[in-house]
Amino acid sequence: MKNSIAERVSDFLKNHPPFDLLDAKKLLNIAKEVVIIYLEKGDVLFKQGASCNNHFYMVRNGAISLTYSNNNAQEIVSMSDAGDIFGVRPLIAQENYKLTASAHEESIVYGIPIDSFRLAAENNSRVYKYLITAFATNAYDAYTTKETHEIFVDYLPSNSRDIANFQTANYTKKPVTCSVNSSLKEAALKMSENKIGYIVVIDDAKKPLGIITNSDIKNKIATGIFPIDTAVTNIMSSPVITGNKNLTVADGQLQMIKHNIAHLCITKDGTVNSKLVGVLTNHHILVALGNNPTAILKEIIRAKRTKKLRNARLKADTLLKNYLEQNIPITHITKVISKINDALTVRAIEIALPKMPTPPPVKFSWLSIGSQGRKEQLLYTDQDNALVFEDVPKAKYKETQDYFLELSKHVTKSLNKIGFEYCEADMMASNSAWCKSISEWKNQFKEWILSPGEEAVLLSSIFFDYSMVYGSQNLTDQLTDTIYEALEESNLFYKMLAQDAVKSPSPLGFFRQFLVEKNGEQKDLFNIKNRGLMPLVDAARLLVLTKHIKGINNTFERYEKLAQIEPNNKELYESCSYAFKALTKFRTKHGLKHNNSGKFIDLETLSNEEKLKLKRCFKPIDEIQKTLTLRFDLKTLPI
Amino acid sequence: MILGWFKRKKRHYPEFWLRYLETFNNNKNETIATTRFVAFDTETTGFDKKKDRILSIGAVSILDKSIEVNESYEVYLKQDVFSNKTVEIHGILKTGSLKKVSELDAIESFLDYIKDAVLIAHHANFDKDMVNEMLLRHGLGKLKNEFIDTGYLFSKSKHIIYRENLKDHYTLDDLCAELNVPKVDRHTASGDALITAIVFLKILSRLNRRKHLNWDYLLNKT
Repeated sequence: MKNSIAERVSDFLKNHPPFDLLDAKKLLNIAKEVVIIYLEKGDVLFKQGASCNNHFYMVRNGAISLTYSNNNAQEIVSMSDAGDIFGVRPLIAQENYKLTASAHEESIVYGIPIDSFRLAAENNSRVYKYLITAFATNAYDAYTTKETHEIFVDYLPSNSRDIANFQTANYTKKPVTCSVNSSLKEAALKMSENKIGYIVVIDDAKKPLGIITNSDIKNKIATGIFPIDTAVTNIMSSPVITGNKNLTVADGQLQMIKHNIAHLCITKDGTVNSKLVGVLTNHHILVALGNNPTAILKEIIRAKRTKKLRNARLKADTLLKNYLEQNIPITHITKVISKINDALTVRAIEIALPKMPTPPPVKFSWLSIGSQGRKEQLLYTDQDNALVFEDVPKAKYKETQDYFLELSKHVTKSLNKIGFEYCEADMMASNSAWCKSISEWKNQFKEWILSPGEEAVLLSSIFFDYSMVYGSQNLTDQLTDTIYEALEESNLFYKMLAQDAVKSPSPLGFFRQFLVEKNGEQKDLFNIKNRGLMPLVDAARLLVLTKHIKGINNTFERYEKLAQIEPNNKELYESCSYAFKALTKFRTKHGLKHNNSGKFIDLETLSNEEKLKLKRCFKPIDEIQKTLTLRFDLKTLPI
Repeated sequence: MILGWFKRKKRHYPEFWLRYLETFNNNKNETIATTRFVAFDTETTGFDKKKDRILSIGAVSILDKSIEVNESYEVYLKQDVFSNKTVEIHGILKTGSLKKVSELDAIESFLDYIKDAVLIAHHANFDKDMVNEMLLRHGLGKLKNEFIDTGYLFSKSKHIIYRENLKDHYTLDDLCAELNVPKVDRHTASGDALITAIVFLKILSRLNRRKHLNWDYLLNKT
């Protein structure tokens, strides 16, 4: 029987090694046996430790991430793009999967049965050589490909972070030191002079005896326990923990965790009994791991391809996890992650611009809207964006809009590759409804404000929280001014927004029990976004609009500002700000744990303590809703 | 009495038709993941279900988001009705090098292939009518399978904001564009069946993300 689909599959395969080495007939025989697998983002194709099935895989569309987990840590080993093969090694080595393969984005994968492949590739040594090289490459790095005898050695991770782990740590070579006879004051002056937070106390043979850090000065001097002219030996931490010059980053980090210290003295022979040659600090480790915002931002700015941006965003995710584990304030985390997200967008635009046949015909600005616009996006979410361009003569309008639509398509595609899903509702600059001239946008906002309908209210929750990411600030300012002018003329709009903000009752509701989503598969899942975060977001936006506060997009910052200008309600606003931060953290942790948006929370999985914490957050929601109902006189709404 | 009437009638049915009906007997309550779906497409001489004829049928089966290529189905039919107008769309010549089978043989192999699967087609009513007419010509009953129309399901899956500007009619090309499905081999029955299958899986994933993926929704009972 004719099999057109097999022909098409072989058409794809033949363009990619090793299939390009096979003749057409043999290739068609393989293609006939292929399984076409569709994977949603996050779907697992095979799991580490599982016994291998009889297929290896080629990515047809999308991207598959291969991850290695060790204890609790999960490392991305590699990312397979269209045309890449993976999952070969377990088949040839006859072992269980050493990695987990899952869809980094929506993907289509071809599963190729090894048996039919073997049959077709029989006696074709070039094909085998390719496969062997391919998985050696996947498993390690390009330079090992020659050493084919090494390919069965245990898996060695390959991404840059992992390699960093095995690199020799880069430590401070000339550390600031003082002698054992110094007074604390002398040591502190030296630290201050060198703008550094620690000093090593050494003896005459330059062996490290102890270390004094900022926190020692805070805890032992400033508290009055010791006077400032005390001997350094009185307050130094001693003995010091040491390591040798060839210490790897991973070992250094291990030592620090083990001894709960932030500084490790590097000595000539690695023991405390030899000369001090340097100091390795926590900071060095962070830099080496590339998991610090500065390094990530640098990587983004230097990125020439979307793929590099994707790697940077993945690092930001790890950073996010670390931050949450370290209990760093959510306000700081949001700032860092938003900054990274904005930088990614800017770079995506800069990469897209040269792909256009001409420079932009007029000025434009790229707006983030929704949660991105509020800069409170932590996890990967859908992309929401819009584009404003300068007015052009009517005759030029379509041409100009088409230009920006095309540009936006490049950008949204890149953002999608980086990991931001396309907006389900297509609220993106690549949609002609959301890519318009400044006048069109002004009219749009005026229409929403002056003749508000259900749709206007729905959209205002997304579009009113815009912030400019790239382009002309002037256009954005014009838009903001128009909005506040229009708001002067309409009270109905406020009322409708208020109505909307109180529409989901606070979950404190019935008998203080959780209102659990009732229908279908959402059963027993609590929608923390709709029930917890959105009411707070909506209320904050509305109040900020009524007070004509410009330029504050963050929900918690909005509440903090409101607390300042309305001292009567200071307490309520502050508790709203707190509740919002707590809920965000809750959602983010939950999302990271389950690798999703964290929107739905399974109540079964919560501890009693967590339930209690959640409930505490609901109290301010209840109160702010009551306040809105009163203030906007919602019981007499004319609709 | 009525039972006897049925029995008498049944005897005239060919073996394969009974075999097909038999597949519906095990009343199983299946999940979406364990259900066999078959996406199919027909190429025809035109759009008149009485006058026009099916020239080829292509189909692929989907089980738990996977499509096995060796499990796909493709058949070309010998037909006396011929239309020059549609040749340029599907490229099937009246006398070509393709191996063609009689309509009855095609029906047999098609029914053996689809069994009790849930059928997926783009603008399903057209394909359904064409197949049912063909069955009728050979004295058989209509298809018993559940149908899902990707065109309709797609409109239904659109976000609430855009419900107002929905088109009445989404072509398979529209869906490919919106769902980012590569258009390979468009306008062959097999190619379109595969595209339909992928489009269907993408819509399912969209519904799944919104957490309202269930049978009632898919089969249009809500």
